[in-house]
Amino acid sequence: MISSETILIVIGVISLAVIMALIRIVKGPTAPDRVVGLDTVNTIVISSMVLFGAAYNEVIYIDVAIVYALLSFISTLFIAKYLEGGKF
Amino acid sequence: MSIIDIIIYIFFFIGVFFSLLAGIGLLRFPDVYTRLHAGTKCTTFGSIFLIGSVILIGFRSWYFGSTDGSILVIHSIVALIAILLTNPTGAHAIARAAHRSGVEPVNAVVDDLKTKNKTKSNNTANKKKTGEEK
Repeated sequence: MISSETILIVIGVISLAVIMALIRIVKGPTAPDRVVGLDTVNTIVISSMVLFGAAYNEVIYIDVAIVYALLSFISTLFIAKYLEGGKF
Repeated sequence: MSIIDIIIYIFFFIGVFFSLLAGIGLLRFPDVYTRLHAGTKCTTFGSIFLIGSVILIGFRSWYFGSTDGSILVIHSIVALIAILLTNPTGAHAIARAAHRSGVEPVNAVVDDLKTKNKTKSNNTANKKKTGEEK
């Protein structure tokens, strides 16, 4: 059996990648660098939400992850369209 | 420890490894496009394995007669499909926006996309001129 502590350790290790992406968001010289860091943070947060749902046996976390994935995709597309300039 | 536990541990290891590679690549690469390469592909590949391990956990509890396991499997597959469809599309949009907003690749000598767009616009301009002359 996979205990829930193992899944929580996995979530703790992949949150190091979130910290590295946050450093890139703070440092990033241009605006597209920051958008790339935000996209990475979004993807890791989605996968850790699914892992939380498996760790606590709560299916509602995975539903939240689905909605978060679609909303973060829409926000990324809008930021990209804004950076591109021109008419919407 | 059964065989499916070993498979789940291997999936955890691969997912964590590629997620950490994404973070290291975001810190170390010199350029927007190479950072995009690291930060999007590696997290997509790592998410496949992390969510795949959750799917395997759900399959095992489904096999032992829990109804929560089936819901876990189906919803995790939907979340995986959402990630697989949206993540490369967002990366393509960011790359196009970065190129059009004037961010140059580091150490780039020739920008093929720029010359291609220029020749295409020249061709359309020439066609318009000839059309007006006729």
